[in-house]
Amino acid sequence: MYDVLIIGAGVIGCAAARELSRYEAGICVVERCSDVCEGTSKANSGIVHAGYDAPTGSMKARMNVTGNEKMEELCRELDVSFQRIGSLVICMEEERIPELQKLYDRGIANGVKGLRLLNREETLELEPGLSEKVRGALYAPSAGILCPFELTVALAENAAANGAEFRLNTEVTDIVREHGGYIVRTNQGDLRTRMVVNAAGVYADVFHNMVSSDKIHITPRKGEYCLLDTEAGGLVRHTVFPLPEKKGKGILVTPTVHGNILLGPTAAPVEDREGVNTTKEGLEAVLHSAEQYVKELPVRKVITSFAGLRASEDGREFVLGEVKDAPGFFDAAGIESPGLSSVPAIGEFLAEMIQKRGGWRAKEKFESRRKGIRRFLELTPEEQQELLRENPAYGTIVCRCEKITEGEILEAIRRPLGATTLDGIKRRTRAGMGRCQGGFCSPRVMELLASELHRAQETITKCGGNSRMLAGHIRGTDSEKD
Amino acid sequence: MKRIEAVIVGGGPAGMAAALSARQNGLENILILEREEELGGILNQCIHTGFGLHTFGEELTGPEYAARYVEKIEKEKIPFYTGTTVLEIQSEEQSKLKTVTAVNRIQGVFQLQADTVILAMGCRERPRGALNIPGFRPAGIYSAGTAQRLVNREGYLPGREIVILGSGDIGLIMARRMTLEGARVKAVAERLPHPGGLMRNVVQCLEDYDIPLKLNCTVAEIHGRERIEGVTLVQVDGENRPVPGTEEFISCDTLLLSVGLIPENELTAAMGAAMNEKTGGPMVSETLETSVPGVFACGNVLHVHELVDHVSREAEEAGRFAAEWVKKR
Repeated sequence: MYDVLIIGAGVIGCAAARELSRYEAGICVVERCSDVCEGTSKANSGIVHAGYDAPTGSMKARMNVTGNEKMEELCRELDVSFQRIGSLVICMEEERIPELQKLYDRGIANGVKGLRLLNREETLELEPGLSEKVRGALYAPSAGILCPFELTVALAENAAANGAEFRLNTEVTDIVREHGGYIVRTNQGDLRTRMVVNAAGVYADVFHNMVSSDKIHITPRKGEYCLLDTEAGGLVRHTVFPLPEKKGKGILVTPTVHGNILLGPTAAPVEDREGVNTTKEGLEAVLHSAEQYVKELPVRKVITSFAGLRASEDGREFVLGEVKDAPGFFDAAGIESPGLSSVPAIGEFLAEMIQKRGGWRAKEKFESRRKGIRRFLELTPEEQQELLRENPAYGTIVCRCEKITEGEILEAIRRPLGATTLDGIKRRTRAGMGRCQGGFCSPRVMELLASELHRAQETITKCGGNSRMLAGHIRGTDSEKD
Repeated sequence: MKRIEAVIVGGGPAGMAAALSARQNGLENILILEREEELGGILNQCIHTGFGLHTFGEELTGPEYAARYVEKIEKEKIPFYTGTTVLEIQSEEQSKLKTVTAVNRIQGVFQLQADTVILAMGCRERPRGALNIPGFRPAGIYSAGTAQRLVNREGYLPGREIVILGSGDIGLIMARRMTLEGARVKAVAERLPHPGGLMRNVVQCLEDYDIPLKLNCTVAEIHGRERIEGVTLVQVDGENRPVPGTEEFISCDTLLLSVGLIPENELTAAMGAAMNEKTGGPMVSETLETSVPGVFACGNVLHVHELVDHVSREAEEAGRFAAEWVKKR
């Protein structure tokens, strides 16, 4: 019997697990995929918004502004890179300038600090990569960027280090109330728990509706992105948004913490909760929109494109807290933008509420810090020599685009909650994320996964399930029979 | 810091030929840096024949062609470090000396001082991302060269029902190779009205095996969520626009991409050398010298060559020019 069972190992589920692992409570995170960060958390803009977008007084506004304030400290504790590069909402038409003022006013009302309205010259001085046609901008110095995989993995690792249990490849099929808690039925058997946290992303309505007569409904909204090579880095220095339209925040252009440029997202409601396919129209729209306000968009530098689904609840508000007619069942549903920005706030908000119900004592030895995988080439010569003595594999470059060593890849596999798939390696180390997109390193990474996990190489997958990389051995090889 | 007359970046056909030529032209103190565990470069996975007609007057496989050079390197006692990746090349303005930073398992990160550097890093394949093909991102999409490595060096079969996009030589060679391994190659789609690779490969790798080559045709969409399940092919017009109504679904478990090669010039560009937008390689003088004095380039890092024999010949020149440059100092 667990005290708290969290459905979903996305960034929200992992944040809740990490905050709850401060207490003497039995925490379990169940995740249907083979790794953490496989849903909405893996495909978004990686932006920590300032907080001027959401309606004043909304949960979104509150969580965003608090989350933004707390993000720096959380990232420091978890060794996650977070860069407060600031954002610009730019206006391209003179007659829309008043809309910037409205955003500014809302930001002030929401408690956003440091906001400034800029005229054309100030905007271009701050962001010379913009089109000369720009008329003005709202500058929010508190906005930032981070890598959502890095944050999710860090939260999960830290939660696990503090005793939270992770059950991967475990899909919840039903939830039944019983005296004093819930039975969570999964493809791996039944799990009993006193309380449930529903952090199931685009499926959160399904689980909510299993226990409540007060139904909610999530409409996945697809966002498509294009990622540019680091060679295009420096195109813009801030996260740049066009003025929001009715249908959404529009196509942003932003640096990433790894020096790429990210363009996107589109916003299209879809039926399919697994519909993370990109479309011709979507990718064209991304490039076309960005071209409107960036001076010279190097479209030939696109190295990959992808799509993610926003878990958008029909009320367009975060659904956070205990479900009225299901005591002990806590929702973290409808977490669309500014969800990532709100992570530290949502995690704490849920944990406090749940702890009040559980009444657990704080752990004497909560370890709030976690160290990330060391990037060999970023270390000092002394540190490099020391690491090399520990394991010479740090001297072999496996991913030549991102300069990732064999030692880093081995570390990603050997850590608690370590990588078991190619995507897992990619998200933890960046091997395969550069301009050749794994062309050179994937055979070697497969080999390392197979030997470390003591598995045959042909069973290694890209991202779990049926995503096998290989069909088998070639004819007549000795190993054909193994 | 160890001082070397000529540091050669890359131990493939270009690097080996350049090293031998530099030695023949009088340089004693040469070092080849190779990132793989052995010399030979991409030749080691090219087990088909067709190499060496010009250089040796006979038809060799890739590994055989490489072996001839490796033997000479060993006979000449030209030193080489394998498993060694060059991270940076910096040129000192005044002395014109180059500092080469590299990493391997034995020395960790180390630096060398070089009179000349010969760039011979070869090229890489254009990845899917560069094409921006819409659809899902399942497993089973490989560049043709990666598939070639898996089959020929590692002994694994990437898939059993194959569609190949692009008719570059590696794609054509792999169409035959996969067929010989019992896989079914259902189509080779080429966007242009003519094949990208050599005619002899079209005949020997596709026609001889009844593999359909679909010209003016490209992949419009990728299907399958976990492993690829099929592609939609579509005809394109003269301006590369899809022709509506010509979509055709072909089921497959593997998509190989053979859509072009790009000279691998991260080091070159980072060094500040002037680049040639058209070839993707550095700008060079008639002595194959880049805009950075004393840094030479040859082989596929300079521009993509059709035949390895041409690479070897160009690299010999680069080796000679580099030797002359050192002697002039």
